[in-house]
Amino acid sequence: MKHFLDITRETCPMTFVKVKLQLARMQPGEQLEVLLSEGEPLENVPRSCEEQGYKVLSIEPTDNHRHLVLIEK
Amino acid sequence: MDQPITDAATTKKDISIVCFSGEFDKLLAAYTIATGAAATNRKVTMFFTFWGLNALKKEKGRKAIGKDFLSRTFNWLMGGRNNLPLSRLNFGGASPGLMSGMMKKNNVAQLDELMEAAGALGIRHFACEMSMHILGIDKDDLIDDVQSVVGVATFLNESEDAHIIFI
Repeated sequence: MKHFLDITRETCPMTFVKVKLQLARMQPGEQLEVLLSEGEPLENVPRSCEEQGYKVLSIEPTDNHRHLVLIEK
Repeated sequence: MDQPITDAATTKKDISIVCFSGEFDKLLAAYTIATGAAATNRKVTMFFTFWGLNALKKEKGRKAIGKDFLSRTFNWLMGGRNNLPLSRLNFGGASPGLMSGMMKKNNVAQLDELMEAAGALGIRHFACEMSMHILGIDKDDLIDDVQSVVGVATFLNESEDAHIIFI
């Protein structure tokens, strides 16, 4: 199952908090697609997920300096 | 939640925050660091003492809690989470409302939202036994996120390998 989370309107620290809490609600093997802005979220959300042992499958730029990050729990 | 939020295997250094100040902006800073640290895989402990305890009162407004006249007066004057002043430019209590409005406009998380996230992230909340005794506050007067009422020795033992931040 694939979940989606848009954190482009969130500011620090809720960007990380929302991703963390969403992943905690998911089952292992499920995927989460996160739409985020460049800068702090892009630099730290994928890294933080990898530190927890989740797989970052892809990071694709979209529009307006935003990126789609696909994470597998 | 069906599993612990904080991964025990993480190698990040723990964070312990002493919340001494009861001011809106300082508590906002404390909760921003706390939730940011927990969301990036750190074990976080918050220790509330003296004025910081006001943020944890169940009653968000003014309530005369305490066993004697002085503590009841103190607690009524200090109030709860809705009465926290700004550390600068408080303008008789008008500024926290204005600041909240500015935060909302800029989509920055409010104190209530950060406190709710702190609970969901499994951040430990300790309340200081000594200052609760002085101010006549019982554990029942505090929100359910407060795990226990402890002394400084317990707080330090629990923070042995942590960065300790005093706000």
